[in-house]
Amino acid sequence: MTQSSTNGYYAGSNLEKVLRSGEFVVTGELGPPQGWKREDIERKVKLLKGLVDAVNLTDNQTAIVRMSSIAAGRILIENGLEPIIQMTCRDRNRLSMQSDLLGAYALGIRNILALSGDHQHFGNHPSAKNVHDIDSLQLIQVIRGLGSGTFQSGDKVNGGPMPMLVGAAANPFGDPFEFRPLRLAKKVKAGAHFIQTQLIYDMDRFRKFMEKAVEMGLHEKIGILAGVGPLKSSGAAKYMRDKVPGMIVDDYYVSEMEKAVAGLPKEDKAGRRDAWQKRGIDLCVEQIRQVREIKGVAGIHLMAIEWEEAVKPIVEKAGLLPRPTFT
Amino acid sequence: MIVGAQKPLDEIKKLVADAKKVLVVGCGTCVTVSFAGGTKEVGILASSLRMASKIDGNPKQIDEATVQRQCEWEYIDPLAARLEEYDLILSLGCGIGVQALAERFPKKTIIPGLNTTFLGMPTEHGVFEERCQACGDCILGITGGICPIARCSKQLLNGPCGGSQRGKCEVSSDTPCAWQLIYDRMATRGELDRLLEIQPVKNWSTSRDGGPRRIIREDLRALEDKD
Repeated sequence: MTQSSTNGYYAGSNLEKVLRSGEFVVTGELGPPQGWKREDIERKVKLLKGLVDAVNLTDNQTAIVRMSSIAAGRILIENGLEPIIQMTCRDRNRLSMQSDLLGAYALGIRNILALSGDHQHFGNHPSAKNVHDIDSLQLIQVIRGLGSGTFQSGDKVNGGPMPMLVGAAANPFGDPFEFRPLRLAKKVKAGAHFIQTQLIYDMDRFRKFMEKAVEMGLHEKIGILAGVGPLKSSGAAKYMRDKVPGMIVDDYYVSEMEKAVAGLPKEDKAGRRDAWQKRGIDLCVEQIRQVREIKGVAGIHLMAIEWEEAVKPIVEKAGLLPRPTFT
Repeated sequence: MIVGAQKPLDEIKKLVADAKKVLVVGCGTCVTVSFAGGTKEVGILASSLRMASKIDGNPKQIDEATVQRQCEWEYIDPLAARLEEYDLILSLGCGIGVQALAERFPKKTIIPGLNTTFLGMPTEHGVFEERCQACGDCILGITGGICPIARCSKQLLNGPCGGSQRGKCEVSSDTPCAWQLIYDRMATRGELDRLLEIQPVKNWSTSRDGGPRRIIREDLRALEDKD
């Protein structure tokens, strides 16, 4: 594959076109399998195609070994869905990252999300050595460097520039809270094009974060996508509230999920599951309505990991269909 | 200082299993301060091993010695004659002490009784914390005197990851987030704007990544020649 014409766009990806058009952006997420079956990816592709503008492919998410996000991304392209490749700084040094980025570009991948990566302590190889040769902010710079045709070393990339749209993460629920907008500003300065936030289950704190970001003018320089996702059960909400580092879950969400199954006996597992799923989807639609009203939000990043079936009813109910297309 | 922690007794018992005469050699410097390999710990370990070997029905001769610094020739050279009668030397020095003994006395079997854990300090009685990774290119001047290379689980140079919450690291609620500490200190000093500067990719060649390190001080060598 040769470099395609970008028609005045930086990378020419669909995601970039939607961002630039000013339409409300919808990105999705897909976890590659803990195995080699491409059918596992293709099944999820069918559940997302036409509903989102591009899809994040996680990179050994929660430090559990999964199919390479780049290989999975190529499978998405072959199935007509645009990938956003997540790349963490945990597993590769600068040589390996750049080598993989060259390959990703050659395979037609045009969106990359630069992340620190969950610590390997959480995953299924906790005794692994981690790398962290560079951090996520420096990875943004490295990707932008390759976009100009230059390796981190200063050497020139054979074949010339390889512009890819660069995303980064922001967690308004991490601490120190006051530093979060400043860290976002640093990511903008490093050259990121878009931001996806951590799942938002504390709307007040997210509003405060966005107020600061808008005050700093960051929303004019970068597309900020608010992270949303459907809760599957009250247990899942409690788990995220109490156990997941860097997350805040307002008790509202826990109690709403509890109310959803009030009166349903524990033995009625199917009934409870359906009630939870219905409420989870409705709450997600409510979140989308709320974030759309917040100044500076350019779109959503919808994370329905291992529940891709929920994406369709959510985007439908939120009035986000059809997705824009470009020729 | 170098902080060490004694290996589990079962592991040490296995390591000394084939020996009849063992000399336990402590070190009077860092590992004495971390209560892992000084005279006192040498005494306790030696008597534990004596007792264990008696219970196992295979009594060993276990003797004790502690030198001021196991990592300097002048302190370990005087051991030469004494080591002769032992078939195994159990060092309670750090990894440097073990290697110094092994290099000076290559015919002897030298085994480690400690795990060398980190470069750090006692923060309160009985608590030792890591402070330095000896990366060879100190950045404490720009991080408020708190090292993110040694104290951030991801060695981040540009601020906290998304896992920092309520001052703690995502890896353990017992571990303070280094970047929270840095933020707080810079805020106290009114120097937060310095954290907005993007720190470039680090040169790790001064760290272990550049291969084993060595310093040659020609000025000191020249002085010795004159002496």
